Amino acid sequence: MDDARAARVAADPRYRELVRRRGRFTWALTAVMLVAYLGFILLIAFDKAFMARPIGAGVTSIGIVAGFAVIVLAIVLTGIYVRRAARDFDPLAEALRRERDA
Amino acid sequence: MRRGAIAVTVAAALSPAPAFADALAGQSVQQPTNWTAILMFAAFALLTLGITRWAARRTRTVGDFYTAGGGITGFQNGLAIAGDFMSAASFLGISAQIFADGYDGLIYSIGFLVGWPIILFLMAERLRNLGRYTFADVASFRFAQTPVRSFAAISTLTVVLFYLIAQMVGAGQLIKLLFGLRYEYAVVIVGVLMTLYVLFGGMTATTWVQIVKAVLLLGSATFMALAVLAQFGFSFEALFARAVQVKTDLAAAAGADPAGAAAKGRSIMGPGNFIKDPVSAVSFGLALMFGTAGLPHILMRFFTVPDAQAARKSVLWATGWIGYFYLLTFIIGFGAIVLVATAPRYLDPTGALLGGGNMAAIHLAHAVGGNLFLGFISAVAFATILAVVAGLTLSGASAVSHDLYATVLRKGAADPAAELRVSRHTVLVLAVVAILLGIIFEKQNVAFMVSLAFAVAASGNFPVLLLSLFWKGCTTRGVVAGGTLGLVLAVVLTVLSPAVWEKILGYPAAIFPYSFPAIFSMPIAFVTIWLVSLLDSSGRAAVDRGGFAAQQVRAETGIGAAAASSH
Repeated sequence: MDDARAARVAADPRYRELVRRRGRFTWALTAVMLVAYLGFILLIAFDKAFMARPIGAGVTSIGIVAGFAVIVLAIVLTGIYVRRAARDFDPLAEALRRERDA
Repeated sequence: MRRGAIAVTVAAALSPAPAFADALAGQSVQQPTNWTAILMFAAFALLTLGITRWAARRTRTVGDFYTAGGGITGFQNGLAIAGDFMSAASFLGISAQIFADGYDGLIYSIGFLVGWPIILFLMAERLRNLGRYTFADVASFRFAQTPVRSFAAISTLTVVLFYLIAQMVGAGQLIKLLFGLRYEYAVVIVGVLMTLYVLFGGMTATTWVQIVKAVLLLGSATFMALAVLAQFGFSFEALFARAVQVKTDLAAAAGADPAGAAAKGRSIMGPGNFIKDPVSAVSFGLALMFGTAGLPHILMRFFTVPDAQAARKSVLWATGWIGYFYLLTFIIGFGAIVLVATAPRYLDPTGALLGGGNMAAIHLAHAVGGNLFLGFISAVAFATILAVVAGLTLSGASAVSHDLYATVLRKGAADPAAELRVSRHTVLVLAVVAILLGIIFEKQNVAFMVSLAFAVAASGNFPVLLLSLFWKGCTTRGVVAGGTLGLVLAVVLTVLSPAVWEKILGYPAAIFPYSFPAIFSMPIAFVTIWLVSLLDSSGRAAVDRGGFAAQQVRAETGIGAAAASSH
């Protein structure tokens, strides 16, 4: 791709829209994952007793539920990104690609 | 028989130096020769050599060799990626840790999983759009090729070498345990088979071996977990309650007073000694989370799919499979507490596991599936190591042939046939080195090597990739200075940490008191890249910054991205 073409795409408002929307989404999801995981690790580091407390009458602890929640969250966030990318971002990128070929 | 590997695993898992469960820690005890397992493994070897033969016919060009011609689907790649993470050590090591301490094993699993969403959000599509064969293609996209490629190649080889040694030693220990064969046999068998896959079948064979193994491992782990859960009416609470009871009874039998025994029993439901101080905790978390996003053999997998959509799908599949797998290991670990720790046939007179702590999952396989299944799971565990080392070797070879030879030495004008030849020669050299180092390190605790590989990836590769992708002001000097500093710091601080300084070198007090360097080395790398780039007023820096717009257009839209397979 030559620089003139790149500059033309870079100046396209749809491109700027794509970069801005995807960027916002990307960093938001990254922040959610980071906070959830580091929160989990810090809870373990600072309050082991809390994590060991049973959630109900049985033995299953808050820590086990929290751990599984982090695993499920990781998979769910991944799924959300893939869905949104296919629905919102791909058509924009596709339009920009097609125009460049034409 | 001594408490063997479990004692070492547990000791290593305790502070000051939590070992990475991805390396089988400690010595194992040679078991009687297990012919069922050996025959089943031979069947696996034959099957994979068949795959290699088929793959060899499809491996003609450099692109075929490095990236299977870009013709792997998202689903297939997801399974292969999951296979890279479901190593024998994470299967046996994490279930062993859960068997010993309960909850702490889960902390590992989660760390290994959370890097994947990050890879998807920040890297996967952009990598696919910008690169062809190695992550250095992406890291050096708008920079001066020679310095950035040299850094990337050195960093790749560092990660690959430490990871390889850990896997080789793990293979040797495993085969003593599972097959009852000598340590050296295992190391040589792994080295030779892996060489055949990579040399002749390239990425196609490596990927399919990984897929076959991933399916076998997921299938057998599912069977074990279901067999365990079926005994408790598919109730996790019932399984946990029984495990707590078993641990309480064992503690009481060992002479604890009732209150102490009850506390010991309940302790498996909460975090134990694995995470001690907050600094090590966060450092451990950072290394696992961001190290995954900097592992060259993992990043390379994104070049095997045709486009950015497939790259995304591979991460979704991989995250799903890896998360599911760790759920299974959790059930298997607790199942072993309930079914293995109470069965005298799996224990020596002192109550320790026969063959050492890493045998928890293996004994459980026997408890739920008899001799035949025991042989099967042993063969799968060994196959797992093979698949992982093949991917590592291919990644190391591509760094030498594509980054060092073709780009740095030949300035991008290498004859493809010559590049392929260099790559294959490197595979041979790496195999010989891996076998030799595997034998040399037999008696060492190599668990720190995997954690070092992750630390290097998080402190060197990850900051370089992230800033070169997202920050316009980033320059050649910045990434080389920051990346190199991150790499060196990760290595030096690991050597000065308790795991190496005290346990291996035998000095009294470690100079660097924490177990993981990432909390220091990673931010220092980021700041260095930022500062050096900011102060960089060279002519090259202007070119670097000027290239950002074109790089971003291609990264975000795929315009101009390397086309898929030309088959």
